[in-house]
Amino acid sequence: MSIPGEWYLILAAALFTVGALGLLVRRNVLVMFMCIELMLNAANLTFVTFSRMLGDIGGQVIVFFVLVVAAAEVVVGLGIVVAIFRRRTQTSADDLRQLKG
Amino acid sequence: MLVSTLHATIPDAATFSVCAAVIMGGAVGVITARNSVHAALSLVMTLFGVAVLFIEQQADFLAVVQIIVYAGAIVVLFLFVIMFLGVDRRENVAEEPLRGQRPLALLLVVIALGGVIALGVNAHWATGRHAVAGSTTAGHHPNVYVLGRSVFTTYLFAFEATAALLVIAVVGAVVLARRPRRGPADPEAGEVDEGPDEAAETGGGVAGTPAEAMVGTEPGGEGRG
Repeated sequence: MSIPGEWYLILAAALFTVGALGLLVRRNVLVMFMCIELMLNAANLTFVTFSRMLGDIGGQVIVFFVLVVAAAEVVVGLGIVVAIFRRRTQTSADDLRQLKG
Repeated sequence: MLVSTLHATIPDAATFSVCAAVIMGGAVGVITARNSVHAALSLVMTLFGVAVLFIEQQADFLAVVQIIVYAGAIVVLFLFVIMFLGVDRRENVAEEPLRGQRPLALLLVVIALGGVIALGVNAHWATGRHAVAGSTTAGHHPNVYVLGRSVFTTYLFAFEATAALLVIAVVGAVVLARRPRRGPADPEAGEVDEGPDEAAETGGGVAGTPAEAMVGTEPGGEGRG
């Protein structure tokens, strides 16, 4: 008998928490992107776990679509990062303050 | 209800323990690494751990896609951008620009984690409804067969929409990353090359240095890209 699904869910919750913490405290835009990937992975792990627990393939289909959306998001997001930070030396989110009143 | 007693076999328990350690170690590495490249490599570690847990839960196809798409494409894209922007330098993680941000973030995140686990303990997951997308176990078909049949029948429209999404993303990335055309009347013509050097000479990157402020006040200097 394999590991019960609850353990996977707790692991996924912890992974999501670490990703959210990184997104809140880090200033480097690229690292913030990586933290978003961590949170997406935690959600994927939850979907696959529920797919196994409930015997429903739908969870795995959703993970498939999440992978596609994550790829598109990273492509566009990194394009924006390159466009913004092409002429800067650091990729800190604190530098983006042109709209500050 | 949550955390039912562990009746797993030794290999399963060992696999799960090692993968959990790898995943959490990689995740902590991502948020504590001073160097962006190290953060990307820690991310690869986490992604591999998640892929092994996918295999452990009979999601074979997704494990392979996870390795190919995430570790093979997305992390490589991250590394490309890190190298392209030339930011493979150490960042001072110890300094805290906003006072009290980290304790508050930690508190918020711990509350969120506790809330999720508390909700999970009290939840009733099985609703008794039949699966719309199909069962994972019916007919003893392999995972790829079941997943593929569901994607190309029940979720066909969503699958085709993702094709449009990917095309839009590619076009958007090309438009965003394109350098602005240098015309004779473009005041930015020579300045594109000078900008980073100028900021780098002053030991740069600190927002608000005179050099950067000067670059910022040039006509059309900021926000073009």
